[in-house]
Amino acid sequence: MDNKKLIYLDNNSTTPTDPRVVDAMLPFFYSHPGNAASRNHPFGWAAEEAVDYARDTIAKLIGVDGKEIIFTSGATESDNLALKGVYEMYQRKGDHIITLKTEHKAVLDSCKKIEKMGGKVTYLDVNSEGLVDLKELEAAITDKTILVSIMWANNETGLIQPMKEIGAICEKHGVLFMSDATQAVGKIPVNPKEVGVHLMAFTGHKMYGPKGVGVLFVNRKNPRVKVTAQLDGGGHERGMRSGTLNVPGIVGMGKAAEIAINEMAEEAERLSKLRDRLEAGLMKMEETYINGSVAHRMPHVTNISFKHVEGEGLMMTFNQNIGVSSGSACTSASLEPSYVLVALGLGDDLAHSSIRFSLGRFSTDEDVDFAIDAVSKGVQHMRDLSPIWEMYKEGVDLESIEWSEH
Amino acid sequence: MAYSEKLLEHFKHPKNVGTLDKSQKNVGTGLVGAPECGDVMRLQIEVDDETGVIKDAKFKTFGCGSAIASSSLATEWLKGKTVNEALEIDNMAIVEELALPPVKIHCSVLAEDAIKGAIEDYKSKNQ
Ligand SMILES: Cc1ncc(COP(=O)(O)O)c(C=O)c1O
Ligand code: FES
Repeated sequence: MDNKKLIYLDNNSTTPTDPRVVDAMLPFFYSHPGNAASRNHPFGWAAEEAVDYARDTIAKLIGVDGKEIIFTSGATESDNLALKGVYEMYQRKGDHIITLKTEHKAVLDSCKKIEKMGGKVTYLDVNSEGLVDLKELEAAITDKTILVSIMWANNETGLIQPMKEIGAICEKHGVLFMSDATQAVGKIPVNPKEVGVHLMAFTGHKMYGPKGVGVLFVNRKNPRVKVTAQLDGGGHERGMRSGTLNVPGIVGMGKAAEIAINEMAEEAERLSKLRDRLEAGLMKMEETYINGSVAHRMPHVTNISFKHVEGEGLMMTFNQNIGVSSGSACTSASLEPSYVLVALGLGDDLAHSSIRFSLGRFSTDEDVDFAIDAVSKGVQHMRDLSPIWEMYKEGVDLESIEWSEH
Repeated sequence: MAYSEKLLEHFKHPKNVGTLDKSQKNVGTGLVGAPECGDVMRLQIEVDDETGVIKDAKFKTFGCGSAIASSSLATEWLKGKTVNEALEIDNMAIVEELALPPVKIHCSVLAEDAIKGAIEDYKSKNQ
């Protein structure tokens, strides 16, 4: 295989920073070194002005007011701040939070911490399409429930939750609705106000902005939502997040938002065609399955299982040229395959056989064609080597074998 | 994680991939692992009845690159050894030869288990 060719199909892990974003950021390292909180000199004013502009642009992208944008270091911090901050702020009203089993670790582990702090958390199952069951959600709400936290789109599968319906249920019962929208913002239209989301986390580096900067949207009116700060200090960001603002990062995220406003619709359409091309190419192989609902998902993502092939091994056949992710985690540290795919009802064997392809702004037709070819050859190589593929081909019922689990 | 040249070579061009006729009395088969765990290894030996020497060895593995390389290497080492010599093959020798990282040691354990399984099967058929 071509040793120099490098194709990036792992945009859900992180996106490249758009060169236009880099250009916008550069002056804020040296030429404009100011601290946005320095109110008494032009350096501070320049920084503050740039931050305000970025804040308003990001607000515009998601249809909210600039005052509702709290800058953080990324989605992990935003998730932590939203969950723990709401729990601490609203503890007197209730101690119960509802979330999904397929959430990102930043949400799940914050919930675990809240349980340690004495709170109660319900982790809902998803249906075989990967979506929340609205009846189960409603049934889980009690008079102690203060918050429902459900992600907009899933990082592993790209599945989009029924946000409007969830919002309506939360509204009906008077509970706050928080969403980790990290994978959705800048890629599909996201407007928290339209669907009744009160808190929303997202990050720069999944929308062609820089790493290390993120946002927590906090609704300011009807209802006025507050979170208890998790960092003590200078009281920046309306007292909710102390710390000198990351001016270059914020400027970059603002520029990324501006580009998204102008180009998102067209880009989504192009990527969805490209994704369909990739899928069509790969689905030509037998015993190949798309994981999750194809009707409700992000335009640039596909998660595919190649039966009787182990994902990590498969990746090794082409990873000198192509970057993707696998749902298989067969290491001595963890024999568990992706909990997201397992929650979808996939058997552990299919979960171990999965690869996530996530296209992005800089993906091309040639990239996709190269990937189809390389992945197909890889699957062939691995199936030629696979004893369970051989058994399957010979009609052996794999369920009937007594495996020596270890 | 960067893998050693030897490991990559065994992974890309595995030796002795295939299947021996398990109904033969002088063929021993070891099948270890489980699809749910993300690894299944089948290793077979064909033994010369007169000398007790392993004439041929074949494998097929469902698993990560380290598991595939470990089983490929194991079949290479088995050929020409007597059954009793083969029992001495230790997984740490595989770890060293392929420079497996710590998280991949269990892949070599699987190979050792598959060797032992194949020999046990052969012995039980030829008591
Ligand atoms: C859904 C989701 N939430 C949170 C994060 C964490 O984002 P960050 O790296 O900005 O902390 C990620 C990215 O890995 C993600 O995909
Ligand atoms: S077979 Fe499980 S990590 Fe190698």
